[in-house]
Amino acid sequence: MNVLARSQAPAPDTDTGVLLSARGLTKVYDTGEVKVQALRGVDLDVHRGELLVMLGASGSGKSTLLNILGGLDRPTEGDVQFEGKSLTRRSDAGLTRYRRNHVGFIFQFYNLVPSLTARENVALVTEIARDPIPPEEALDMVGLAARLDHFPAELSGGEQQRVAVARAIAKRPALLFCDEPTGALDSKTGIQVLEALDHVNRELGATTVVITHNVGIAEMSDRIIRLSDGLIVDIDEVGRAKKPSELSW
Amino acid sequence: MVSWISALDRKLLRDLFHMRGQGLAVGAIVACGVAIMVMALGAISSLELSRDTYYDRYRFADVFSNAKRAPERLATEIADIEGVRTVETRISRMVTLDIEGMREPANAQLVSLPENGEPRLNGVLLYSGRFPDPSRPDEAVVSKAFVDAHGFTLGSNVRAIINGRARDLEIVGIGDSPEHVYMLGPSGLLPDEKRFAVFWLSRRALEAAFDLDGAFNNVSVSLSPGANPQGVIDGLDGLLEPYGTGGAYGAEDQLSNAFIESEMQQLAAIAAIIPPIFLVVSALLINAILARLIATERQQIGLLKAFGFDQREIAWHYVKMALGMVLGGILVGFVLGAALARLMTNLYTNSFRFPDMIFRLDPSAFVIGGGSAAIAAIIGAIASARSAANLAPAEAMSPAPPTVYSKGALQRAFARIHFDEPTRMILRHVTRWPIRAAVTVVGVAAAQALLVGTLFAFDAIDEMLEQHFDRTDAYDAAINFVEPMNYSAVREIERLPGVLSVQPNRDVSIRIRHGQLDERVWLVGVDPTGRQRRLLDDNQRFMDMPEHGLALSSQLASMVVAGVGDRVTLEVLEGERPVLDAPVTAIVNEAMGWPAFMDVDALGDLLGESDVVSGVYAMIDPDKEAEFSEAVLARPGIASVALQRASIESFNESMEENINIMMTIYALIGGAIAAAVVYNAARIGLTERGRELASLRVLGFTEGEVSYILIGELGLLVFLALPLGGLLGMGLAYLVASSMATELFRIPVTIDPSTHGMAAAIVVVSSIAAALFVRQRVKTLDLIAVLKTRE
Repeated sequence: MNVLARSQAPAPDTDTGVLLSARGLTKVYDTGEVKVQALRGVDLDVHRGELLVMLGASGSGKSTLLNILGGLDRPTEGDVQFEGKSLTRRSDAGLTRYRRNHVGFIFQFYNLVPSLTARENVALVTEIARDPIPPEEALDMVGLAARLDHFPAELSGGEQQRVAVARAIAKRPALLFCDEPTGALDSKTGIQVLEALDHVNRELGATTVVITHNVGIAEMSDRIIRLSDGLIVDIDEVGRAKKPSELSW
Repeated sequence: MVSWISALDRKLLRDLFHMRGQGLAVGAIVACGVAIMVMALGAISSLELSRDTYYDRYRFADVFSNAKRAPERLATEIADIEGVRTVETRISRMVTLDIEGMREPANAQLVSLPENGEPRLNGVLLYSGRFPDPSRPDEAVVSKAFVDAHGFTLGSNVRAIINGRARDLEIVGIGDSPEHVYMLGPSGLLPDEKRFAVFWLSRRALEAAFDLDGAFNNVSVSLSPGANPQGVIDGLDGLLEPYGTGGAYGAEDQLSNAFIESEMQQLAAIAAIIPPIFLVVSALLINAILARLIATERQQIGLLKAFGFDQREIAWHYVKMALGMVLGGILVGFVLGAALARLMTNLYTNSFRFPDMIFRLDPSAFVIGGGSAAIAAIIGAIASARSAANLAPAEAMSPAPPTVYSKGALQRAFARIHFDEPTRMILRHVTRWPIRAAVTVVGVAAAQALLVGTLFAFDAIDEMLEQHFDRTDAYDAAINFVEPMNYSAVREIERLPGVLSVQPNRDVSIRIRHGQLDERVWLVGVDPTGRQRRLLDDNQRFMDMPEHGLALSSQLASMVVAGVGDRVTLEVLEGERPVLDAPVTAIVNEAMGWPAFMDVDALGDLLGESDVVSGVYAMIDPDKEAEFSEAVLARPGIASVALQRASIESFNESMEENINIMMTIYALIGGAIAAAVVYNAARIGLTERGRELASLRVLGFTEGEVSYILIGELGLLVFLALPLGGLLGMGLAYLVASSMATELFRIPVTIDPSTHGMAAAIVVVSSIAAALFVRQRVKTLDLIAVLKTRE
């Protein structure tokens, strides 16, 4: 299995092309007393427009991988290329530009700015983006057209997360990274969020990488990648077996 | 295992360690406040002890008086006045000195020493040499500062013009006296050791020189314990009246002693006004820090309560934390204050001539300084400690509900202006936490106010000098006669080389009485046509001398509570000593002293004399100053000559260094407050919004953009604080001026725009430095943690 993962063949639908490609990623956290090897040599190609789910238990390395792909962290060894250009050799400012221009993030706990309304939280990002979707339109895409002027404290968890989705997609990112996007939600509101994600993925063609340990979610994806102990152990072509509304957990 | 420190106290120590940056900021402010208090109180106790020791050992007198010429036998009668213990009669005269190499004349007070033994009162401390031999009239003991300033030694000769005759006096001893701790010469503003000296000569020598055989012109007495000084003053005035006395006065009116008292009053005012500002700011900061800490430690507090800690223990825990934060500051304040008190006491040796400047730090200075800082800490902690104690355990253990924001009045007011989202975050954060924003504004404003309220003193000095030298006392030289002279003396002065114009004056010592209040003052007869000694109204405009009645300096008016239209009683203390009623017809503005003025002719009518003058003001051709000095010294009957240029130069010389030192100290202290307040606000902001800011970094915001949100808010608050601080500073300046005003000085509240600018610049630079220091931490925001953790 390890061998399979390491020598991963190019994805079948090559016509869409490789957006992000990682080779030989290792990550060692040196806490001074112990060294923790979080990634042990990961190769991965992420294709344009696909919805990829990464599954794995706690400590499997999936968050570390997401952080590196998202330009929040650097690998100890190995290289990540975005549109054929290396990310790992970029400075902090270069990584900030990468995140600013190409990446959208959705967090488990939403991380909205409490002092800004839904519309303003989205505008926060559109103001620094090159070709953004107007905040109102982005919020409409996630079904929140009616709650534009509400502050986070006045929104439910599901609504807050959908604001976060709108905030992430409003800059028309090439890549959308979601770290346990439904982790803090019950299944009904979680599905609303996943529908929003699915919708924007199709509508905008944003390549979407979702981390979860919820196997149920995986069935809406194009591919499922399973991590264990710092390695990709399995890649499963699902091909969007289910719509989000058909999921349950 | 029994631990010597409880687990809760361990937490306290670790919390304090984690907050060390903020603790240091609070500590620095507390240290400044405590240090200033210890310094001022320490300087007061040192001055007091040095003075009391000196006075006691050298028998400083209690009541002083003078006469033109009183027979020696009167001494016995004086001794019989009830309450008098010891009597010392003397001969004392002001003369001019002609010192080689000095263009302008110096003045000396000649004081007689008794024939046999030391004076019973106002003893002379002999540093070296001996007392004069009564048989050698040209031997003198000379005050030490003057000897040192000119590099004289025992055996040096100094030429004095005594009764119009030049005499070379030999320095046989070097000494000092408790009467001359503060050695201010005639018309001097500050002690000028080169131009004023005291010479002690044998009684016999002075009797001969001034034709006062078997007579005296100066007397001091000490009082029996419990005696009433006023009774003795009245008794002395009664006895000396026939002999031309200028009136007796107590130690509080003795010039040197009054300056020491005035210095102590000013120190007390500093101790009362300045440290509270620091302590209020420290209380505000502690309040803000603890409020934030308790929000962070909510769940821990819930846990502690669930374990069974009671409200009192929880509250005490946070009060202890506040005390922990100030403890270091108090200790540093003690050390710093003691060092500053020592420095200050050493500086006093330049202006106060104590044989031993004894340094004493009263324990009460530490108790007051440390105690008030601790009380400020407790006050700062109390609200937070109470809210921690009152948290219900179940509520505390669940995370705090999200902060509810609204658009806020501020933004509704500016609805039409489009703000970018980071600016909106700033505005909403300020309006959401108005009290916290107010704390920062008030803290920074306090720094600005402190700077304005202290730096204005330099403007005030400039103003006083300008008013004195350029406006009211615009002459070049003030010449005082030994005795009132005929008007012909003015003509003679006018003919001296270099004299451009003259304005005669007639000063007379009076007691002014209004209701129950009375003051002994100089009544200055002014020539209304003169341009050298003039009067200013309240608005600093020249005003004409009223043709009749009295013009009171505003200080004197407030001392006897009299205004225009009131009638006051004048007791003239010389000549025929008439007692008269006169109306107050004007109140005038004087920079120094508290004289009363009258038209010179009206004064002549009052005294029943005509064309009598006691001195002359003169304008001198600057190129002929030396010739003028030489000529004026050769004239008889001149008690003193003071050149304004020399006064200004010596004033600037002695002030310049002090001003630079004080400016630097004020700038450091004011800057420290501003920096501490801004640093704290930035740290609190960073702790509270770290997650929010890190999220923005993840979303692609640069460090600069994120820092704008954090620091822009502080910039806004500092911007709001500056005008408030300027206003508070003006208030503080009034407070400082009014509590530092003594009978000797009234401090004008003049604040130059450049002083506001300087204060604002110091505040802004310190704030920027503090903000940049915290901005470094924006780099360390943990971007990964925010993906996972919930607040």
